[in-house]
Amino acid sequence: MSNKLNHSMSLAKPDALDITTKQKIALATGLIGLFILVLALFNTNFPNKAFFLSLSLGLIAVGIIVYARDAYLTKLEGIKNDGVWFKSISSRGVWGWIVGVILTTFYIVLYFFPEYLGLGSDGKANTGLIGLFDPLSVLLSDRNASQWFVYGTLYTVAILAFGYKFILKYRHNRYQQIRTVSVMFFQLGFAFLIPEFMYVMNKDLPYYDLKSIWPLNYYIFDEWSVNGFLSNGNIGLALLLFGIISIFVITPILTYKYGKRWYCSWVCGCGGLAETAGDSFRQLSSKKMSAWKIERWLIHTVLVFSVVMTTAMIYTYLGYDKNDFWLTRGIFISLVIGFLTLVFAAVMYFKRQELGKDAKYGAIGFFIVIALLLIMHFTGTTDQIFYIKAGALRSTYGIYIGSIFSGVIGTGFYPILGSRSWCRFGCPMAAILGFQQRLFSKFRITTNGGQCISCGNCSNSCEMGIDVRAYAQKGENIVRSSCVGCGVCSAVCPRGVLKLENDSMKGRINPTEILLGNDVDLMDLVNQN
Amino acid sequence: MEHIVIIGNGISGVTLARHIRKLSDKKITIISAETDYFFSRTALMYVYMGHMKFEHTQPYENWFWKKNRIELKKGYVKNVETKSKTLHFAEGDTMQYDKLIIATGSKPNKFGWPGQDLNGVMGMYHKQDLENLEKHAPNNKVCNRAVIVGGGLIGIELAEMLNSRRIPVTFLVREDSFWNGVLPQGESEMINRHIKNHHIDLRLSTNLKEIKSDENGNVKSVIIEETGEEIPCNVVGLTAGVTPNIDFLKGSEIELGRGVKVNRFLETNISDVYAIGDCAEQHEAIGNRRPIEAVWYTGRMMGETLAQTICGNKIEYKPGHWFNSAKFMDIEYQTYGWVFGERGRPKHEKHFHWKHSDDTKCITVAYHKDTKAFLGINTFGIRMRHETFDTWLTEKRDIDYVMHHLSEANFDPEFYSKFENEILKAYNNQLQTA
Repeated sequence: MSNKLNHSMSLAKPDALDITTKQKIALATGLIGLFILVLALFNTNFPNKAFFLSLSLGLIAVGIIVYARDAYLTKLEGIKNDGVWFKSISSRGVWGWIVGVILTTFYIVLYFFPEYLGLGSDGKANTGLIGLFDPLSVLLSDRNASQWFVYGTLYTVAILAFGYKFILKYRHNRYQQIRTVSVMFFQLGFAFLIPEFMYVMNKDLPYYDLKSIWPLNYYIFDEWSVNGFLSNGNIGLALLLFGIISIFVITPILTYKYGKRWYCSWVCGCGGLAETAGDSFRQLSSKKMSAWKIERWLIHTVLVFSVVMTTAMIYTYLGYDKNDFWLTRGIFISLVIGFLTLVFAAVMYFKRQELGKDAKYGAIGFFIVIALLLIMHFTGTTDQIFYIKAGALRSTYGIYIGSIFSGVIGTGFYPILGSRSWCRFGCPMAAILGFQQRLFSKFRITTNGGQCISCGNCSNSCEMGIDVRAYAQKGENIVRSSCVGCGVCSAVCPRGVLKLENDSMKGRINPTEILLGNDVDLMDLVNQN
Repeated sequence: MEHIVIIGNGISGVTLARHIRKLSDKKITIISAETDYFFSRTALMYVYMGHMKFEHTQPYENWFWKKNRIELKKGYVKNVETKSKTLHFAEGDTMQYDKLIIATGSKPNKFGWPGQDLNGVMGMYHKQDLENLEKHAPNNKVCNRAVIVGGGLIGIELAEMLNSRRIPVTFLVREDSFWNGVLPQGESEMINRHIKNHHIDLRLSTNLKEIKSDENGNVKSVIIEETGEEIPCNVVGLTAGVTPNIDFLKGSEIELGRGVKVNRFLETNISDVYAIGDCAEQHEAIGNRRPIEAVWYTGRMMGETLAQTICGNKIEYKPGHWFNSAKFMDIEYQTYGWVFGERGRPKHEKHFHWKHSDDTKCITVAYHKDTKAFLGINTFGIRMRHETFDTWLTEKRDIDYVMHHLSEANFDPEFYSKFENEILKAYNNQLQTA
């Protein structure tokens, strides 16, 4: 069978389908833009940085835009997946690996060796790549660029340009268009511009991307961050309260009404990048049962880690004496344990049946957390918890989860593991939202009676690795904690079988043995057993 | 332990095997000469188009079969000896069965055209056809043009496949409009235009006379019956329908017509031998259905039904309301109930037709001209909810009710434009019932 993957080493012709001359020019334009960044990285001293930065970002954006227009606007509206499994870059071919290595290297340097990007330390001026971005940073917030500013700018450019591409690709699909405009808006406004303007208005406030919610935003409750908020009067206090309300109030309500998609594929920056720049890699996620098992263990382990770590962090800077501040260590730890117990008890009481075998794992997880918290409380000294230095736990989380998992693996491995490996295997926020979605949400993907032909387009295009077909061909609605509601399965379905919708909780989960269309007596007989 | 042997690992045979396993502990063997594992035949096109790899067309992971104790045998059954309940394989070995189910599906029709067995002439049904196409039409340099003969669902899929690799296509359709043996005129004509918009050279009312060979036995060109025109090409796709794939049963005692003759219990004339799916032929058609239903859904339903009978709960094959679906290039099609094309339409059946101005969406609603009973709907470019129409058909709603409640049946993704008001207005205008 020659459904061959093109693993040819030839750089001249890596694709099964040739691209047009216009696309080649567009590709070259974008690469020249990138090349300017590479030159800057190797310390080329550009005479007019503002000009060359604009030129570089402009060329990259124009390249992507021209390429996308030629790829999609020259054809009729419809599904545009021709050749994705033939192209080396989107089928783990040579180009896929090369891009993977480049991205991974970039992330390692970004997180651990920013000096190689030209970050000036000890008051020295920025050089290299970061230096190139100084003019933009000065323009926005009157300070020199940092590695995070460079990263944020490139990230935003990627979401905007590839978002445009995605909108063209799905120009027949308004759900996809509106959703993409939404992620573009939240990235540009909330993640990029507003924090800069907030800095202009108040230089002491810590960086705060309003849509980045704990536990995804794992540093919001760090001592420096909380002090930063608290030392800035009412606005700081309001922001801190907003952070707390976000996770405990806003999130459950919106997830109940719309599913976790309101966040993961409409608002979140990680999701935004995956849905736009990562779209070409969505089919690479593994749909195997074994991958699903790994996913469930991994993501919940990260969640446990993040809950314990955050509690420990807050714990260390709280005092013992309630005369200093009402929230003492003892009260705090009791509150956390009380809250977790309440959630656990409620779930076990109302949803025990739905959980089935998973209830056991849920219980194990719960008791591990409680045990850890108690051990922490009784081993805690002024600067030690679990007999280790408190900061060590936080920095371990920051390095392994915050940097390596979400950045280096999550994005660097796009061309290998697919576009959502962080969201799927690691994100503690996704775990919490998924838990809510699975148990308390009106959202589901409805299966249209007996119309499924088991073709597999839906599973293939699921970036979260859900075997959508396994449900659709049984006539069963898809209610999965990992589903981010991107809607692409529904878009690519050739028979109109899948629809994302918010409806009543009743009959949401509807496993069937015999599908609609067969003998009604047989359906009654078998489906009721 | 009773040994259930199923010949054919398509949707019918596999559905049957899964349901038998749910209901019993019987020994189950599935035989196939085509592939090692079950795959979705309807998805073969996406492999050629590069949307998926072949392994993605397999709905179950490879461990599934062993876990569910369903044995898979790769082999070609040469003949069936029903007296001794023995299968003889082309490879020389034999197998005993207690109950035999024939679920061998179809094969592409060939009507004795000169040159129909040349290199580069193929159907688009089996996995081997796909391999053949990959060999003869990998790109537009090897294949400068392909000619497709036969205007049905497989024909248009093959056209879409070749189009995805920018291979020029000439599409010969015997009828004067695409698939108008099934589709009403307005719909059929809309699809004609859609095909042409994809730069496919659609030739209506055109028959194939012969396929010409070059000196190496490869396709060189085709000759058109009506005009004598010669069209140079490297590949000819024969997609003029399918026939039951039952040649291996000739000479056995199993009664054959065009397919394997079965009664409503899907039993053949020989006890303990059954037939399901594309290859089964009902003695008498069920309702408006054809005696041979070569459709994915009916294959699955027969599998679901027969599993009951085999596991001791004897049940008739009694399908519910007719439904089907397809996709014509970029236009999705669904049908619920019965909507007839110009040919074979009962006298009492009248149609309401609405088409959107963008020429990619339309619906046709069939109703009884006297009783106004709702008979069925064809919908193009608008997704509809199977369950809603199934309910309305069961409740025997009239067309007025259906037209006024059409929005309840809408299954399009969120934020899509809705057309129910426009449709209702057109309906009121056309039928002046407002």
